[in-house]
This record gives sequence, structure tokens and C-alpha cells, in this order.
Amino acid sequence: MAARPTRLILTTLGTVLGIAALVATVGLGQTASGQITQRFDLAAATRVVVQPEEKGGQEGEAATQLPWDAPDRIQRLNGVDAAGTVSTLDVGDDLVRSVAALDGQKDGHALKVMAGSAGLFDAVRAVLRTGRFFDAGHDRRADKVVVLGKHAASRLGVNRVDSQPAVFIGDEPYTVIGILDSVSGRAELNDAVIMPNGTAKTAYDLESPDAVEIRTQVGAAQLIAGQAPIAIQPNDPSTLNVDAPPKQGAVRKGVESDLNALFLLLGAVALLVGGLGIANVTLLSVLERISEIGLRRALGAARRHVAIQFLVESVIVGFLGGLLGTAVGVLLTVGVSWVRDWTPILDNRLAFGSPLLGAFIGLVAGTYPAWKASAIQPITALRGT
Amino acid sequence: MSERSETWMSETAVALPAPVVEMIGVRRFFPGPPEVQAIREVDLTIGQGEYLSIVGPSGSGKSTLLHLLGLLDNPTGGVYRLDGVDTMSLRERRRAVLRGERIGFVFQSFHLLDHRTVLENVALSMVYVGVPRRERMARARVALQRVGLAHRMDFAPTTLSGGERQRVAIARALVAEPSLLLADEPTGNLDSANAEAILEVFDELHHEGMTLAVITHDDHVSSRAQRQVRIVDGTLQW
Ligand SMILES: Nc1ncnc2c1ncn2[C@@H]1O[C@H](COP(=O)(O)OP(=O)(O)O)[C@@H](O)[C@H]1O
Ligand SMILES: [Mg+2]
Repeated sequence: MAARPTRLILTTLGTVLGIAALVATVGLGQTASGQITQRFDLAAATRVVVQPEEKGGQEGEAATQLPWDAPDRIQRLNGVDAAGTVSTLDVGDDLVRSVAALDGQKDGHALKVMAGSAGLFDAVRAVLRTGRFFDAGHDRRADKVVVLGKHAASRLGVNRVDSQPAVFIGDEPYTVIGILDSVSGRAELNDAVIMPNGTAKTAYDLESPDAVEIRTQVGAAQLIAGQAPIAIQPNDPSTLNVDAPPKQGAVRKGVESDLNALFLLLGAVALLVGGLGIANVTLLSVLERISEIGLRRALGAARRHVAIQFLVESVIVGFLGGLLGTAVGVLLTVGVSWVRDWTPILDNRLAFGSPLLGAFIGLVAGTYPAWKASAIQPITALRGT
Repeated sequence: MSERSETWMSETAVALPAPVVEMIGVRRFFPGPPEVQAIREVDLTIGQGEYLSIVGPSGSGKSTLLHLLGLLDNPTGGVYRLDGVDTMSLRERRRAVLRGERIGFVFQSFHLLDHRTVLENVALSMVYVGVPRRERMARARVALQRVGLAHRMDFAPTTLSGGERQRVAIARALVAEPSLLLADEPTGNLDSANAEAILEVFDELHHEGMTLAVITHDDHVSSRAQRQVRIVDGTLQW
């Protein structure tokens, strides 16, 4: 067999494909459900948003006002990691520009201007690219400072804060103290110029926050969703609207195991085909080598020697196929993950066990041909010569 | 081999040595239908160091007899002792061991493994009798020197002439030092010059004391043996 590389490669092809399919499907299955889990857990599963019910379903008209101390009230609840208010300011026709407008020249940008409490950044998992967030002190003093969302920053051409650059909203200058790199949940912050609530109250007469962003501990979102309206508005909790993640746990688990079962079934079918391939080619090899079998028997080989010879060959073929298939499967998993920007997840046991699985399939597949070979009578094998 | 020939010399001087082969009333019927009585009531004794030919027309039962002599097949009835061992009562496993140790085969079509070198082909006959690998290779080299193929050891059998291939097969049959060399139409696939070379090797082996049984349909090949037996319809005739 070792002297017939072409045959060897053709024989292993089935197993290579089978194992590759198994490793890739399981690998991609794990990777995919890993991504689902990751996204789900990090972003959605811990996010709760509270905002006033809209009055009679009319756009813009709130039934009630959120109190300014809503974040503090929420923070007292067990299971809350961070909370902060968020509001969109009505700035009329004011444009935002990064240098003082030359006389009469209007080259500013119509950017969203928002306001928040100091806790907002933590609540939306904001990550800074540079600089710092504003804090409670800025808020209290109504300092004229802003933090830029990443898209807003690039439109304004601001990418550093060490020189304390100013942006103008209308004709008023504000100092940029930080630039965001990412936020989760409330994506509009990326496009916004964000100032402290205190500043917004002074400059734009902000009366109350639009919403409260809450980041809970893992698994606490449902509980907090139930408690938050009462904590904020003990007298009239029903006027508040709560966005919370649906109870996903059980559903997600079901979806995952369905996926994995399907993937495994595919792999198993591929392996069955691979095993049949080995059995088939080994059987062919037995038929081709009948006279060799006869010769070996004449040289003193017992039936078991002949059986073992073919078994060893099919096990080696299976093992090589398993090794190659594992490599292909891992490459596929990594390749697809790379293309789709996923983090490849592969169980070590799968990577190390698959070649052994290949060997085992070789063993099972070789059993019948080996038995067949050992049952051939020497005189039959040597006849016709 | 030299040891063997000394034994042969000294023992012939005193008495006839114990026979290598002793067949009494051996039959081999192939169950039909129709039943074929390939070998019927064969009595055959081959003494140590004897060079015997069994000659007969095609279909007379020569190959069947050779298979029985070589323990490749079981008689339907009768008694067969090889080197004094009653083979009829042996299990297949034991027969395989006996076959590997006591019998050397030479076939009409050589039966060499194409994907192994000449040296590996010769060494193969010591695998199942448990000779260590290093010793197998050393002995295979000696055996190939004996048949004049030292310069072909690392060749593939397919690059050799028919006569050379048959000499490789003879080296393979000899290297495990069998009690009996069985050859089935050893010159059947060879031209007369190559056939002659093989027959000369047999002559030499005979002089060195090897026990040979050559099966052939060719009277010329048969005439080279020390003793000829004719087989017709599965029965031996003298
Ligand atoms: N396995 C078998 N089954 C049935 N008949 C067989 C078998 N082997 C040989 N024979 C028959 O036995 C007879 C002797 O065959 P064989 O020993 O091969 O003859 P030879 O070698 O002298 O040409 C032939 O008639 C042949 O057809
Ligand atoms: Mg014949």
C-alpha cells in the first residue's frame, strides 16, 4: 500500500472529506453559536432602557417626565452595574463646526447634539479612543465641554484632544475633552456631540431626560426591568415604558443544540460515506491482491496474519485520512471565521480526537475486507497462474 | 546447507534416511456436482535428498497433488506425514507454521511482489517463521548470491527477465531452509535457455542434498530428476 501513493490518496479521500466535514461543521457550529452567545450576552442581555410612555400614542408628546435623579434611584437596585440618562437636544438651526465661523460663512455640519449624565458612558459600555468622559463635576458646574461620537469626530476633523480643541454649536464654543471609539446599544451616540446635562439645561433649557440607559449584571435584566419603573416613578410606574431583552435562555439553548445536532448529522453522514469508501477500496485491494494472499499463505502466513495485514492497512489509511481531514476542517473553520469576522472556536478534543476517529473508522471499515481476505483458500488464491 | 549435505553423505553410507514425505492412500475429491476425483489413492514416499519429478498431462491432478504435499490443501482421506509429523490431525494454525518452516514453493508464474525489491521478496519468506529483520536481510543476500543475482538485489522484479525472476523465487524458497522444495511447472513460462539455467540450479541443489519434487508436463524437464513418477487421472503410475 505504501508503494502505491496514488491509490493511498484516493482511498483516504473519502475519510479526508468526512473528517473535514465533521471538524468544519462542528467547528463552525461551535464558532457560530459562540458568536451568537457573545453578541447576545455582551450587548443585549444586560441592557434595559426606561423612557416615558408616549401620550395617546402621539409622537413626541410624553405622558410623564423622567426625574433627573433617575440614575441614582436605579443605581440603588441590586443587580445594576451602571445607569445614566440620555437626551437629544433641540438645537434649532444651529450647526456644529470645529473652527470659529468666518463672517457669514456657514460651513458647519448638521450633527446630532445630545446630553447625558456622567453615568451614561458606563451604562452603554462606551470605550474612549482618546481623552476622557465628562463627570459629575462638569455636570454640576455646567462646564462647556463635549465628548464626540466617533463619526461626529471624523466629520469635524477632530482626532486629538491634548490641544483642547474647540467646536462651535451655533456660535457657542465648547471644549472637546474626549472622543468615543465605540458604544453598544445606543448607536446614535456615534454620530453625536454629547454634553453634560447641566450644560444642556443652561444652553438649551432641557427640562427632563429622554431615557435612562441601564446596564445590569448578567441574568439580572428581567428583574431590573420589573423594578426600574417603580424605583423611578413610585406613584405612577405604568407611565414608563421598559425595553428589556426577551427571556432568551431556553430558546437560545434550543436553537444551539438544534444547530449542533444538524451539523453533527451532516458530519456523521460524511463519515459513513468515508468509511464505506475505505471498505470499498480495501475490498478492491483484497481482490487485486489475491495471488499475494496465496503467496503469503504459502510462505507460512496463518489466516490471522492476512487479516491483520489488511486491518493495519485500513487503520493507517483511516488515520492518515483523519489527520488530513482534521487539517482541512480546521483550515475551513479558521477561513470561514476570518471571512465572516468571527472568532474561531474549536474544541481541542475535536482536533486531537478526529485522527483517532479516522483510525477507528479504518478499523471498522477494514473488518469485513480483512475477514474476507483471511477466508480465501490458498489454492484458490494461487490458481489460474 | 553444507551441514545438510554432510548429513546426507554420512547417512547414505549407513542406511536410507527417514522419508520427508509419506503419503498413504491419499485422496482429494472436489465436491460437485459433478464431483471431481482429482487425486485418488496416492501412495508416495520421498526420501531425504531425493530429486523426484511428477509428470503428467494437463488436468491429471499434478497441481492438486502439489497443494496437498505443500499443506495448502487438505486431503479428503488418507494419511500424510511430513518429516514424520502426521499432518492430518493438525489444526490450520499449526499447518501454516509447518508450511512456513518445512516447505519451499516455486510457482510457474513466480509470484513475486512487484512493489518490493528483489531482496525484500526473498526476505518475505522468513517473516512468518519469526526470523528477526536484520537476519532476514543478511540471509536473503546470501541466498541471492547463491542463485547468481547478487547484482540485482535492489531491483524491482518487473525489471528482471523471466529466468531471473524464477531464480529470485528459488532463492526465496531456499532461504528459510525448508525440508522440501516443491516446484509446479517451474520452467512453464521460460524459453529453453532460461529453463536450462533453472534446471541447472535444481541439479546443484540436489547435489547439495536438498529434497526436491518438481511437477511438470514436460518429459525433458522430468528426465533431469533422479526418479520419475507419472500421474494419470489422479493416480500415480510407475
Ligand atoms: N477447486 C477445484 N474445484 C473443482 N475441481 C478442481 C479444483 N481444482 C482442480 N480441479 C480439477 O481437478 C483436476 C486436476 O486439476 P489440476 O490438479 O489443476 O491438474 P494439473 O495441474 O495436472 O493440470 C482437473 O480436472 C481440475 O478441473
Ligand atoms: Mg497445474
